[in-house]
Amino acid sequence: MRLVTVAGPPSSGKTSIIVRTVEELKNKGFTVGVVKFDCLSAQDEELYSAYSIPVRTGLSGGLCPDHFFVSNIEEAIKWAEDRNFDFLITESAGLCNRCSPHIKDVLAICVIDNLSGVNTPKKIGPMLKMADIVVITKGDIVSQAEREVFAYRVRQVNPRGMIIHINGVTGQGSFYLAKQVEKTSSVDTLRGATLRFTMPGALCSYCLGERKIGDDRQIGVSKLVNFRGDD
Amino acid sequence: MRTTLLQMAIDELMEMMPWIEDYFSSFAIDPAEIGNLKLEELGSTPGKDYFMEKGTTYHAFIDGFFMFIEQVKALKQDSGFSINSLTVFPGRNKNGETEAFSVELKKGKVTAIVGPTGSGKSRLLADIESLAQKDTPTGRSILVDGRSPTDEERFSTEGRFIAQLSQNMNFVMDLSVEDFLTLHAESRMVDEIHHIVQKIYDTANVLAGEPFSRETPVTQLSGGQSRALMIADTALLSPASVVLIDEIENAGVDKVKSLELLVSNNKIVLISTHDPLLALSADQRIVIKNGGISKLLKTTDDEKKHLESLEKIDRKITLMRDQLRTGEEIDLSDLLI
Repeated sequence: MRLVTVAGPPSSGKTSIIVRTVEELKNKGFTVGVVKFDCLSAQDEELYSAYSIPVRTGLSGGLCPDHFFVSNIEEAIKWAEDRNFDFLITESAGLCNRCSPHIKDVLAICVIDNLSGVNTPKKIGPMLKMADIVVITKGDIVSQAEREVFAYRVRQVNPRGMIIHINGVTGQGSFYLAKQVEKTSSVDTLRGATLRFTMPGALCSYCLGERKIGDDRQIGVSKLVNFRGDD
Repeated sequence: MRTTLLQMAIDELMEMMPWIEDYFSSFAIDPAEIGNLKLEELGSTPGKDYFMEKGTTYHAFIDGFFMFIEQVKALKQDSGFSINSLTVFPGRNKNGETEAFSVELKKGKVTAIVGPTGSGKSRLLADIESLAQKDTPTGRSILVDGRSPTDEERFSTEGRFIAQLSQNMNFVMDLSVEDFLTLHAESRMVDEIHHIVQKIYDTANVLAGEPFSRETPVTQLSGGQSRALMIADTALLSPASVVLIDEIENAGVDKVKSLELLVSNNKIVLISTHDPLLALSADQRIVIKNGGISKLLKTTDDEKKHLESLEKIDRKITLMRDQLRTGEEIDLSDLLI
């Protein structure tokens, strides 16, 4: 079975892109399952079901969605293998810009949209910088010049990734992506596989449910801004 | 080359390739502050932890640096992907019937695409954009300059060879016209930025009905002004050699001049339209029916002869629209029925 991880900021168009790509793959006779990792709630199950795409959802709740993702990914693969899918696509929302869900030797896709502003590529960390494919969406509502500038800015932070422009509404461009996804090699297990980058870490009192504010309440790893330097 | 560059100081590199500042800035590094350091020393200053903080590693940073140089060199060299002709080979319509003929699209020529909504115009544009090779739902294949593009050519273009323009597009950047054009020119690695910005600005003002200043924020331009700026910018600065236009009829720009501008910059122009003036300004028109190309009509001499009167009607309607907008009474005196 072949595995693809898709990540991107909220509302960038991940679900639309996946639906369109799965449609292309299904036309070629492949079976595809999707696992959606989200934080508090996910309404996409209905959307996937409307396209008859088998889907499972995992909600991380109070945990870092990235950590939640990596501790559940093997089970997700098992779910997909039991059903004999040709492809498993995981969707995870990049809720903080330091998210880094990508795994070495597993096709990594980052979805980012033209409306997020030209400075956004600089603000997003490993999720964008270490992706093999960067899908840029919502190109149909901004000018050609902005699309070109935005793509250049993505290039700056991820010179090795491939850029694919997709219109999530019409599906224009998803054909390209499906073709790339098809080329990826299969994985049996992720046991022993390595993340491309460390996940954002935190081990402090607030991780464990502390709600009171104050330095006497802070235990563990924390980091302070220097507000006292020269202006 | 890699070893040589690694041993050079940042200052020297900056002198050679000033645009590498763009790459450094995406890691929040100011090259001026570390000018004396050699590139290979960045692993110790700012150091490994710094790169970690920025969501990367020193090695990935260096690898990326060399790839960025390659990318920019490619960007400077080829102004995109220069194409003389595209040929659309027959596919199938929604009933599975094979299209009867192929269509050639040439540099400097305009092809209109006509047909009812939902007939398959967008599908044709999508086939062209992806340089289909019998692997899209229509089964069409597209030849570039008479031959099938390799997979590498198809996928490495990253949409750079096609520019798109439609009525739904807006500017979203919070910049003045001048800053906006400068930013675009910089990202295109243009040498004489000031010159090209001036040229686009002047051209856009000719195309737009109402003039606008360079200081106007792009988000505050009227529909017509925006369209004019987009067209001038695409014609003069975009690397794309194919321009796909989706319905600009009600945009409030000089439509005929816009097409002439794109064509005079050696673009292959496709325009999906219901506007008789635009359709007849094209050299040929493709009729789409039930998902397939059903006819190819060359614009006849007779049709061309009537273009002038069509333009006259179009100007009259524009004038009436302006009168309406400015609160004047509509002048119906020379309305020919």
